[in-house]
Amino acid sequence: MAKYLLLKHYRGAPAAVNDVPMDQWTPEEVSAHVKYMQDFAARLESTGEYVDGQALSPEGTFVRYDGEGRPPVTDGPFAETKDLIAGWMVIDVDTYERALELAAELSAAPGAGGKPIHEWLEVRPFLTEPPTITE
Amino acid sequence: MDDALLRTLTPSVIGVLVRRGADFAAAEDAVQDALVEAVRVWPEDPPKDPKGWLVTVAWRKFLDAARADTSRRVREVRVEAEPSPGPGEEVDDTLQLYFLCAHPALTPASAVALTLRAVGGLTTRQIAQAYLVPEATMAQRISRAKRTVSGVRFDQPGDVATVLRVLYLVFNEGYSGDVDLAEEAIRLTRQLAARIDHEEVAGLLALMLLHHARRPARTGPDGRLVPLAEQDRRLWNTRLIAEGVDVLQAALARDRLGEFQAQAAIAALHADARTADETDWVQIVEWYDELVRLTDSPVARLNRAVAVGEADGPRAGLAALAELDPALPRHTAVAAYLHERDGDPATAARLYAEAARSAPSLPERDHLTRQAARLNTRLRG
Repeated sequence: MAKYLLLKHYRGAPAAVNDVPMDQWTPEEVSAHVKYMQDFAARLESTGEYVDGQALSPEGTFVRYDGEGRPPVTDGPFAETKDLIAGWMVIDVDTYERALELAAELSAAPGAGGKPIHEWLEVRPFLTEPPTITE
Repeated sequence: MDDALLRTLTPSVIGVLVRRGADFAAAEDAVQDALVEAVRVWPEDPPKDPKGWLVTVAWRKFLDAARADTSRRVREVRVEAEPSPGPGEEVDDTLQLYFLCAHPALTPASAVALTLRAVGGLTTRQIAQAYLVPEATMAQRISRAKRTVSGVRFDQPGDVATVLRVLYLVFNEGYSGDVDLAEEAIRLTRQLAARIDHEEVAGLLALMLLHHARRPARTGPDGRLVPLAEQDRRLWNTRLIAEGVDVLQAALARDRLGEFQAQAAIAALHADARTADETDWVQIVEWYDELVRLTDSPVARLNRAVAVGEADGPRAGLAALAELDPALPRHTAVAAYLHERDGDPATAARLYAEAARSAPSLPERDHLTRQAARLNTRLRG
């Protein structure tokens, strides 16, 4: 088994096929999309492959250390940064092929016109524990 | 309260219930319930016959569950109140459970989870924590696994090789958690070796003992990986080494070589060297030749290239490496190592940095990054 992160971008990924902003959909289309995502997570739990899923607020702030005894320096929010993470799902699956298959399924979530969005998702393997037997 | 005893009894109690007519999935659930009750009751009121107590309580739990269920399962329960003891002396229930839980129809992850629960007597929560997934996910994985093997006859002999692969996975890919999976894998393999006279079971047990012996030396105080050549060999557990060597020698004496015996032999040769310099690399290469012949595994070939580099010099190692697919995991790390030994630190530093980027684990990435940094610092100075 290996864990993979399925990463969804607000920005930074190539354009989806059905690339219509969510606020331009009908309310029913939004509901259908949300239900698809919930059903997807529930199905993964029933197959014993679900680990975690979270959504992130689109606005974030950059923070850095500014020296001993000084408050942290903040900058932003950067509404126009190049890459923006919308959320993620963590899965625990038998093979890399299975991870790709599930990401593709998630990418087929319905969007405008009830048609699949075909959005690009990023699949990233987790770094594991090192194996015990090394030679 | 003897947790180890409870867990040792788990598979044989499941076996008794199955022989009395319970289906495996229901029997396994009932025994888990009985274990929970044992943990509650035994400290105050320890039973004279722990196994008999577990069988009685588990059977009652099973009947309760069957009655609470629809009439469907009750119909399947042929024996109601006082079950006959049933056969079971001639067939080892615990052994049958090893086979069932490693059934080839199961995916490796399902077989591992089911084995740890039904043979190992661990709770779903413990298994979930060990593999860093939510308890609900692990519960589903286990119940799907039980459905997959629901039609398998309990009394048919299985394939030892599939059981060994599952136990190897538990040992080798064990994560850290409350449950020490390496210890658990050793316990389960020891228990299997006591039940079945098979040279590869012994080979796997020896392999585990010999690697487990090195555990105190394998990581530094800050959690960093310490490569074999740099380990403080005084920290190796000599008792485990002695046992591993004994088990291995008895297995090898039967002259039916298999991959686990060959791997254990390599580990034994390392254990035999008081310092890294005293390692008998020529013999290790011979064992890798056997291992490659037995498994044709690319990982064995990669490790063989390292051993050739030690036995016949880095050029010979690089030549052996050149015959392998560069896409193999850890191929670049091996190339980096051999190039450094060949007196080419610039190439080695570049390859170490490249290997770090594709390292499959964090400690390995840190180790490879440190190697690149060490060489780059030297090259600048």
